[in-house]
Amino acid sequence: MRVALFTTCVNDAVFPSAAIATVRLLERLGVTVDFPEQQSCCGQPQYNTGYRKLTEPLVLRMARVFEDYEFVVTPSGSCAAMVRDNYPRIGAKAEAEGHGRELAEAAAALTPRVLELTEFLTDVLGVTDVGAHFPHRVTYHPSCHGLRMLGLGERPLALLRAVKGLELVELPGAEECCGFGGTFAVKNPDVSTAMGEDKLRSALSTGAEVLCGADNSCLLHLGAMLSRHNRRRADTPMHIVHLAEILASTETDPWSHA
Amino acid sequence: MSGRTDLGMPAFPKAAKASTKDERLRANLRHATHTIRDKRARAVGELDDWALLREAGKRIKDHTLCHLDAYLLQLEERVTAAGGTVHWAGDAAEANRIVADLVKATGEREVVKVKSMTTQEIGLNAALEAEGITAYETDLAELIVQLGDDLPSHILVPAIHRNRAEIRDIFTEQMARWGRPAPVGLTDRPADLAEAARLHLREKFLRAKVAVSGANFMIAETGTLVVVESEGNGRMCLTLPETLISVVGIEKVLPAWQDLEVFLQLLPRSSTAERMNPYTTTWTGTTDGDGPREFHLVLLDNGRSHTLADQVGRQVLRCIRCSACLNVCPVYERAGGHAYGSAYPGPIGAVLTPQLRGTQSEVDASLPFASSLCGACYEVCPVAIDIPEVLVHLREQVAAQPGHRAEHAAMKAATWLFDHPAALAAVERAASATRALHPRTLPVGPAKAWTDSRDLPKLPAEPFRTWWKKHHGDQHGDHHEEPAR
Repeated sequence: MRVALFTTCVNDAVFPSAAIATVRLLERLGVTVDFPEQQSCCGQPQYNTGYRKLTEPLVLRMARVFEDYEFVVTPSGSCAAMVRDNYPRIGAKAEAEGHGRELAEAAAALTPRVLELTEFLTDVLGVTDVGAHFPHRVTYHPSCHGLRMLGLGERPLALLRAVKGLELVELPGAEECCGFGGTFAVKNPDVSTAMGEDKLRSALSTGAEVLCGADNSCLLHLGAMLSRHNRRRADTPMHIVHLAEILASTETDPWSHA
Repeated sequence: MSGRTDLGMPAFPKAAKASTKDERLRANLRHATHTIRDKRARAVGELDDWALLREAGKRIKDHTLCHLDAYLLQLEERVTAAGGTVHWAGDAAEANRIVADLVKATGEREVVKVKSMTTQEIGLNAALEAEGITAYETDLAELIVQLGDDLPSHILVPAIHRNRAEIRDIFTEQMARWGRPAPVGLTDRPADLAEAARLHLREKFLRAKVAVSGANFMIAETGTLVVVESEGNGRMCLTLPETLISVVGIEKVLPAWQDLEVFLQLLPRSSTAERMNPYTTTWTGTTDGDGPREFHLVLLDNGRSHTLADQVGRQVLRCIRCSACLNVCPVYERAGGHAYGSAYPGPIGAVLTPQLRGTQSEVDASLPFASSLCGACYEVCPVAIDIPEVLVHLREQVAAQPGHRAEHAAMKAATWLFDHPAALAAVERAASATRALHPRTLPVGPAKAWTDSRDLPKLPAEPFRTWWKKHHGDQHGDHHEEPAR
């Protein structure tokens, strides 16, 4: 099977390790991975900040870049949700404005083929045990877009439970938002920070060595807060790691903290 | 007195900044919202047909809104036939004028009030006060707010920001100014506080000749109004006085009596987490020898027709004011209700207020951005209002207003870069190459808002694109050359 990787702009520029892990994991499972280099960003920052029209060229680009692939796999719940939930809306609004036939058709053709990584593993490949080894105590933050918009449900937890050596501990208040929300984090910095502090406190209370998530934009926020926290205290043993890196980790090729 | 209004409120982020630093407020809100949230989840979980009920509620409301003109005329006809009088108010000023004139015509100088979001929306108490008429709030929490010269901060629990000790102090210090004083040596035991309120309010109920209410539902088929409540104080107001004036938003109409079957299940479980609320009062016009002899219904538009005209925004008119969205909202929990600057706080306020009032004022323009778009509100909404969808829709309106030039330019530049992957790749490589020079904090602009509490992320040694070229080269994936443009 051949799939296209939709890396996402955040993973490409800031967290390549999550994208590299996704490639290694999928190849280990016998999937051929393509990286169409003309891809960039799904347009979520513009869309969620109120600049819908500025997302239109990016919707067309996404549709064009991935048009030949049956499956487009992405290690980001929020970018998958942006495509699946909002591209049809962008198409419909453009059509109502009289210029969007091409856009609406492009969105409709692309939307059902974009899958978040754990959806692809669980629903298409039908695997739960991906042969990973990760001997650490882990807690999982199910980001809002994955939890509520995509409805990932048990998929990520089932994958984590099947990892050898991994001890999964429950995150109290797991379903609560981490406070990132894209430009929300700078437009409402105090509320965003208060939410992030509560999320970090909750994660630290589990005693986990690793806080894991499937959405690097949330992990970017939490990591940035943890980094500030650590610079003040310098004693926190917790790492923040993308789910793909855990699933890619094996006994012969283990995860290591960069 | 009760003259406080929401005019001239600061933008949401500024008001919320103060709330996030108020440890007692944070603790009060966290405790209260999490308690109701958990109870609601249990109450809803008991019904295996909740999803169907929710869908039915959504469809009944959508159908009614589609034919609102016809149902309102039918309602007017039935209310009139049953002995009531119907008044139409285009905006808050007109509604306040109608109510003040009706009260003055009775010769009375005071009214008792049933808890009502609509009369808060139009600032009725302040308008009556300006006319020399005193309005007494009789809902326990509204009483606490009124005595404390405060503003409500929650739709269902207006005094959610107060704890028991604060309420005891407010009763002790303020009750005497409004009527019967608090008992000497009042404690903060809930039963003692309730008894103090009961004694204070009983005096008002027995004296009042005029009552003002809102309504949860109006039935077009029969001309019936419905008020749903927990305390019974509403029923006192709805049955004891001689004149009853109800101010109700036009979106509260339902076609038929049978539609209550759906909403009397959806509302209590979503709002108080009860299977059934203790008091449901229904009345149809007037009845000789039973209840008020005069009944006036003031039908309020105040921005609702404007909202109805918006294809995305109109779903907000389905709202039944249950407040489930407030109780699950992480932003409301930290910012508190006052930061929203209107009678309608929380996620529903962030989408309702800017549609009813427009997005011109500082606070109204900031409301659509007062959300991380986490979607918890949509998940619990009993009439399936997709609040995040409406928030983004309203953000688009605000972003098109003056004052967003710099942000628009930045977003446009980002789109250009994302639409030119070769340039994007060059920027990414340059950023990684210079990463040792990058600071963890920045002193100005949006970057400052980020780095006041968070570090800037460390960039990787190379972006993913570079890694891919090294490890997979030309073997696959780059056969999609950009077509000439």
